[in-house]
Amino acid sequence: MTEAVHVEPVVHQAPQGFIRKYIFSLDHKVIGIQYYLLALFSVMVGMLLSVLMRFNLAWPGTEVPILETLFPVGAPGGIMTPEFYLSLMTMHGTIMVFFVLTTAPQSGFGNYFLPLQIGAPDMAFPTLNMLSFWITFVSLLVLLAAFVVTGGAPISGWTGYPPLSALGEIAGPGLGTGQTLWVASIALFCVASLLGALNFITTTIDLRTKGMSMMRLPLTVWAWFVTAILALLAFGVLLAAGVLLLLDRVVGTSFFIPAGLVVSDQMINHKGGSPLLWQHLFWFFGHPEVYIAILPGMGVTSQILSTFARKPIFGYRAMAYAIMAIGLVSFIVWGHHMFLSGMSPYSAMVFSLTTTAVAVPSAIKTFNWLGTLWGGRVRFTTAMLFAIGFVSLFVTGGVSGLFLNQPSVDIYLHDTYFVVAHFHMIMGVAAIFGIFAATYYWFPKMFARHLSERLGKIHFWITFVGVYSIFMPMHFLGVMGNPRRYAEFTAFEFLADVVPIHEFISIAAFVTIGAQLLFAVNFFWSIARGKIAEINPWSATTLEWTVPSPPPHDNFGGRAPVVHRGPYEYSVPGASRDFILQSEPEMKVVHQ
Amino acid sequence: MAQSQTEDLTLSSAWSGGASPYAMVSKKLGMWLFIVSDSLTFSALLVAYSYVRVANQDWPKPFEWASILGASIMTFCLLSSSLTMVMAVAAAQRLERKKAVVWLLATVLGGLLFILLHAREWIGLIHEGVTPFANPWGVPLFGAAFFTLTGLHMTHVTVGVLYLVVIAWGFGSARFKPEDVEVSGLYWHFVDLVWMFIFPMVYLLSAKTVA
Repeated sequence: MTEAVHVEPVVHQAPQGFIRKYIFSLDHKVIGIQYYLLALFSVMVGMLLSVLMRFNLAWPGTEVPILETLFPVGAPGGIMTPEFYLSLMTMHGTIMVFFVLTTAPQSGFGNYFLPLQIGAPDMAFPTLNMLSFWITFVSLLVLLAAFVVTGGAPISGWTGYPPLSALGEIAGPGLGTGQTLWVASIALFCVASLLGALNFITTTIDLRTKGMSMMRLPLTVWAWFVTAILALLAFGVLLAAGVLLLLDRVVGTSFFIPAGLVVSDQMINHKGGSPLLWQHLFWFFGHPEVYIAILPGMGVTSQILSTFARKPIFGYRAMAYAIMAIGLVSFIVWGHHMFLSGMSPYSAMVFSLTTTAVAVPSAIKTFNWLGTLWGGRVRFTTAMLFAIGFVSLFVTGGVSGLFLNQPSVDIYLHDTYFVVAHFHMIMGVAAIFGIFAATYYWFPKMFARHLSERLGKIHFWITFVGVYSIFMPMHFLGVMGNPRRYAEFTAFEFLADVVPIHEFISIAAFVTIGAQLLFAVNFFWSIARGKIAEINPWSATTLEWTVPSPPPHDNFGGRAPVVHRGPYEYSVPGASRDFILQSEPEMKVVHQ
Repeated sequence: MAQSQTEDLTLSSAWSGGASPYAMVSKKLGMWLFIVSDSLTFSALLVAYSYVRVANQDWPKPFEWASILGASIMTFCLLSSSLTMVMAVAAAQRLERKKAVVWLLATVLGGLLFILLHAREWIGLIHEGVTPFANPWGVPLFGAAFFTLTGLHMTHVTVGVLYLVVIAWGFGSARFKPEDVEVSGLYWHFVDLVWMFIFPMVYLLSAKTVA
């Protein structure tokens, strides 16, 4: 039996056997769920790390015996060392950015729903798809291994700035083997993301079914498509940076290590390199990465707002162009992360201007979301609540960006909690809300059952109020001059006032994280016991709602659907019901 | 009315679904996209090289006439192999399998010659004391940048040689289609093109100037 791998990508026989079906599956839907579960596991690890950090920030010096059992080096006597705090922070950032925010919305939902929404039987390269998931999996294992090696996890932050990250053990605990594993993990993740991006782009261009023109794509597909383009261009650069850093660490080159460096009272025998070079390469990737995390959430939000407002999305074309504009501009703003790295004020001004320009397409999107809601017959499902929450968080996080993009203001706010508040709002929590919205919206299609709406709404309200309680006060902390990346603040007289605020934030964080258990329970309980869902429970219009739940192996049963109209035809005047599926051929509208 | 208009749109453009807008197999589009991302990786390395080169004023210029000649011969081998690759793709599209295989193997030969000459060059430099962290002429990053750039490129050439051998075998035995030869050609030309940046930036700019 030979497989026709090289000839037709569209030969679809349902695989037999557990391993081919669920482990090394070529089916985009299984791979999508694999990515989702990987992200779910990662987000739990990431949250656990933030619990530890928040505890230390609010009540430093408290003995926690279990910590000593778990990390005898990092927390001798049950009290965590500042270095251990930094390693928690590094791993929290890395896990959340790469394995949650990049993985769930793009690789998870994108894999599952992009082929369905464009009427394709699978992705263009199923084998590559499988490969990219398993490389991501190995990458996660390599990263987590950093916890258990000698010296523990790295302490250089998710940005891995050299020279600290390039020097090895001499620069601090975790910067030996732990940091090497970190770099290796990131390099693997780059390869996986590149393969995935290539697949997404080819699929969107080549596999759209008849009638699915680019301007009839659901906005989710637009978002995944542009995100894939960003990933294709950005991860290649991070890969190069990672290779150079690895060479600095392992081979002994000094790309990122300057001359005359004294660390731990020792002269470092390297010269000629530049830590700034890393910052340029890293942020050339790093800023598009922010949009890689958030764009899919924007697409999902557009889809859900339109569905539950029972209205066409306001300004479809403007929405699609805005996604493209954000993608384009994301590549010329990286310098705004480096205002304090010794940049010429003229360059800073240019980067400041381009960064401000991001506000234009962002405002278009926000305006159109509100325009979609305006006058709609809104159904407040949990998915809808999370989508509206997304808009709220996106606006809040975006507005603080307008402070930070001005070099003169950033000089004060840089490396304070104001920045922590800003990026958690806009790329952390907003993207997470996008993931939640997508989960509540598509769960009935993926598992043929509904998530509990009652638990979902409780989950939403605690989370929504919770994240504002956590991150709003951080803006004030930042203005008060509270620096980030410190393990505790008791030693500073000028920060005496911040401790109660940190206690409040920590309590809010514990409550919010506790509420996520509701989601976990809801998720796994509903897979088995949830209310049975129909094929199209939300009366939505896009193609995934025309196939059974869960969709069969080849999605459309071998017959490609034909698309006759745009993706958001809700409440069309004169139509017999308030939505028209994209695949419905006849105009049920009588034009006078 | 509106109905017929939409139907017309459905059929009028290559971008309206149901067709590959670039009129090529997905594999070819995939290779183009790979080339885009890989060129970003090489660009980042070249930018990094330029950055450290500019940052170090006494960057060495050690390459004598013999080295430049050697590198030029390597360039000639690689460029010739691009030509034979073009012939291979043309023969493949005419379905002249034997001819295509011969041209493919000629391309492989060009690639192998390049690798051999390059290995000779590396060994020579290592004998002169050039390592990734030191060299006899000053700024240690010279060796690091040289070995990283040319090393990554040589890896690409090596992968390309293996790739072409597989394609030659598969096309000769009628397992692969002409498109597969063409897609491998895209990769090969890309690898050559990268060299056309590395050769001037690494070799010519570091040629020994007569004092």
